[in-house]
Amino acid sequence: MKINGKEIAFEKEITLDILMEKQGFDIKKIAVMKNGEIVPKAEFAQTLIGAEDSLEVVSFVGGG
Amino acid sequence: MKIQLNGKTVETDCKTLFELRDRHFSPDCIAISNGFQTSQDMPLSEGDSVSIIKKGVMPSRDELESMMAARHTPAVHERVKKARVAVCGLGGLGSNIAVMLARTGVGFLKLIDFDIVEPSNLNRQNYYVKHLGMFKSDALCQQIGEINPFIEACGVTAKITRENAKELLNDCDIICEAFDDPAAKAMLTETVLSEMPEKKLVCGSGMAGFDSANSIQTRHIFKNLYMCGDSESEAKPGNGLMAPRVSVCAGHQANMILRLIMGIDEP
Repeated sequence: MKINGKEIAFEKEITLDILMEKQGFDIKKIAVMKNGEIVPKAEFAQTLIGAEDSLEVVSFVGGG
Repeated sequence: MKIQLNGKTVETDCKTLFELRDRHFSPDCIAISNGFQTSQDMPLSEGDSVSIIKKGVMPSRDELESMMAARHTPAVHERVKKARVAVCGLGGLGSNIAVMLARTGVGFLKLIDFDIVEPSNLNRQNYYVKHLGMFKSDALCQQIGEINPFIEACGVTAKITRENAKELLNDCDIICEAFDDPAAKAMLTETVLSEMPEKKLVCGSGMAGFDSANSIQTRHIFKNLYMCGDSESEAKPGNGLMAPRVSVCAGHQANMILRLIMGIDEP
């Protein structure tokens, strides 16, 4: 699968919440697009990510 | 020939800008031709938009509006006047962005924040000591009324949530994310992209400290999502938010919004 354009290999499908955690993202502070569609946070645990998927992860830092 | 002089169509036989200025006003007046203030004389052409204003004197409301419009370049003014922008969060980013958009002549600004002005805001936010204790939405609307009374600034004192976002933001075409809290930034991004996919969203992330201002950029992330900042400089103990970089980031956001209004969708 691709995360922000970078190829990442996993042996099998993985849910989005676990994938993000494994990749070191803080789930509260990100917005994720899967193949061009935004995935609401409430659906992370049910969203399976496979080899063909491409993710765009936008992370925010505090301050404004 | 016919030209626009101080907002009114007039017939003139003057050949140059300064001939017009000296005949109808006086040589010490400020002359603006097609959005450009000039100290050099230039020929007048059919359809030119000219403002001639006495220095330091409060012009009439009509003259002031036409002068501000002239300064934006006529084609820009027409478009910004019709634009509708929501600014979510009126802190260091949002208060500065709102003021810049008001100066640019954006016709409708929805200014949303739940908080009041506090002493710790004055280091970077566009408020004065006299605003302490006021709701930010009210304080900002008051200022904008004194900066550009020809636009509509609508202040809303509310906390934006996933539930109320659509209702609050529905009447605007461009949404500016200017929160402080990263979870709120992520929530608004997710909500706008999923529930209001037709709207453009301009976010800010990474502007604390005094690292190089050149590291702050505008990026087109995806479809209608734009991100300004360096993506890294988090506000934390030892790396506070200060006026220069916060203002640079606010300038990036305001300029991206102006570009979107003008129909340009790349940073």
